[in-house]
Amino acid sequence: MNTHQLAGVAARLRVNIEEKSFRSSNGATIEVLRDLRFEVEQNEFACILGPSGCGKTTTLRILLGLDSDYRGSIQLPGLADARIGVVFQEPMLLPWRTVEQNVRLAMPKPVRDTNLDSLFSTLGLSKMRNFYPAELSLGLARRAAIARALAIEPDILLLDEPFVSLDESTAQQLRHMLLSVWFERPTTALMVTHNLQEAIMLADRIIVLSERPAHVIGTFDIRLPRNYRNEQVKADLLRSFNEKFAEVRNAP
Amino acid sequence: MVLLSFGALVVAWHVGATIWPSRSFPAPLLVLQTFISETASGDLPYNLGITLCRVAASFVLAMLIGSVIGVLLGSHRRADQFFNPWVILFLNIPALVIIVLAYIWFGLNEAAAIGAVALNKIPNVVVTMREGTRALDPRYAEMARVYRFNALDRLRHILIPQLQPYIAAASRSGISLIWKIVLVVELLGRSNGVGFQINLFFQLFDVAAILAYTLAFVAVMLFIELVVVQPLEHTSTRWRRSAA
Repeated sequence: MNTHQLAGVAARLRVNIEEKSFRSSNGATIEVLRDLRFEVEQNEFACILGPSGCGKTTTLRILLGLDSDYRGSIQLPGLADARIGVVFQEPMLLPWRTVEQNVRLAMPKPVRDTNLDSLFSTLGLSKMRNFYPAELSLGLARRAAIARALAIEPDILLLDEPFVSLDESTAQQLRHMLLSVWFERPTTALMVTHNLQEAIMLADRIIVLSERPAHVIGTFDIRLPRNYRNEQVKADLLRSFNEKFAEVRNAP
Repeated sequence: MVLLSFGALVVAWHVGATIWPSRSFPAPLLVLQTFISETASGDLPYNLGITLCRVAASFVLAMLIGSVIGVLLGSHRRADQFFNPWVILFLNIPALVIIVLAYIWFGLNEAAAIGAVALNKIPNVVVTMREGTRALDPRYAEMARVYRFNALDRLRHILIPQLQPYIAAASRSGISLIWKIVLVVELLGRSNGVGFQINLFFQLFDVAAILAYTLAFVAVMLFIELVVVQPLEHTSTRWRRSAA
């Protein structure tokens, strides 16, 4: 009971980055993030939406522990040591290992022999398990990267524009696949995107970032379950999103 | 095609030896006879085996030490800047000097011989592996960090596959360089091995025996190349060939 409550407290993702800047090679300092604060509830699917170059990927890199040169604090869900499933912009599969080996290598040793049949079949990869990444299309490679991120049963799922540079129908197919694997085992998820339609389709909450130096302009909650979001509803959501953030967007 | 090419070379050799018969230029048949008699007496297999062991030991030693140093220098820029002059220095010390000094300092023993050969090769391996390390894609290391690969998995699945072409290049040039130096080492300070035998035959002016030993050794190295190195390379680059 106690531990459960504790888990509940720690299950939230908290981001509180006071300042993050890069120094360019000619000595100039570029401030990327300033007072970026947001939270993501347990098992909530949140999207970070912002103009390109505003620091979305930088935020993810900080959450991934790949960049620790910033002021502020972050708290990942899960107890001491959160397990992170990540889908990078590039699939980043090891070209010299098969799809299945790529997925299993990411899994912790004790569970490496777990049956992955259902995960592979949901993602339509059953026949591709022994393929090398070079033999896959970008869409299939992205699916393999998603499989890898979910196979480790993560405490948090971080996605960096996982559907960018795919044709729209492939992207849409992948979004449905992502949702179905996520539904099987919901987890706190944070996805970076600059595609508003995509965010409206997938997210429980959209966190809107400003231009650089990025901070949160506002959030847009979508409480409606995803299976009720038909075309009409999505168009309505889109309109109300645009109304809410119109003044921000048009601000000088 | 390979056989045809070698066959033509043997025929040319035979014709040459027939036109200008000389004790210092024996015909292929004489070399073959010497080869057979040396093999029958057990001398050739014994000395060949000894030399092969030395080549293998020096090769493994040079590749291991050279790779470790190369990867370290490739990944630490400061260390590289500091140690680069050392690498250049060792690259340019003649093999003969290292061998002679090794024998003077450490005595005429096996360790000195193998160490001297390895030391000749290490700077080459360092330079190649340093280049390979600089070409590593940091994004794979980041992926491995997020997914918490342990040290062994990083080595096996991230580092070595990326360095594989450089390891192959270093091995290729390494093995041919090493076996030539091993002969010199044997000539100068060992009492067995192909190098020692060749020195012996040089004093006896027995060119047929010199050629028999040399060709036997070349044949063994060719065999290793065809049966071990190439299939291994084939397997380890399987993923590359199928690229869409």
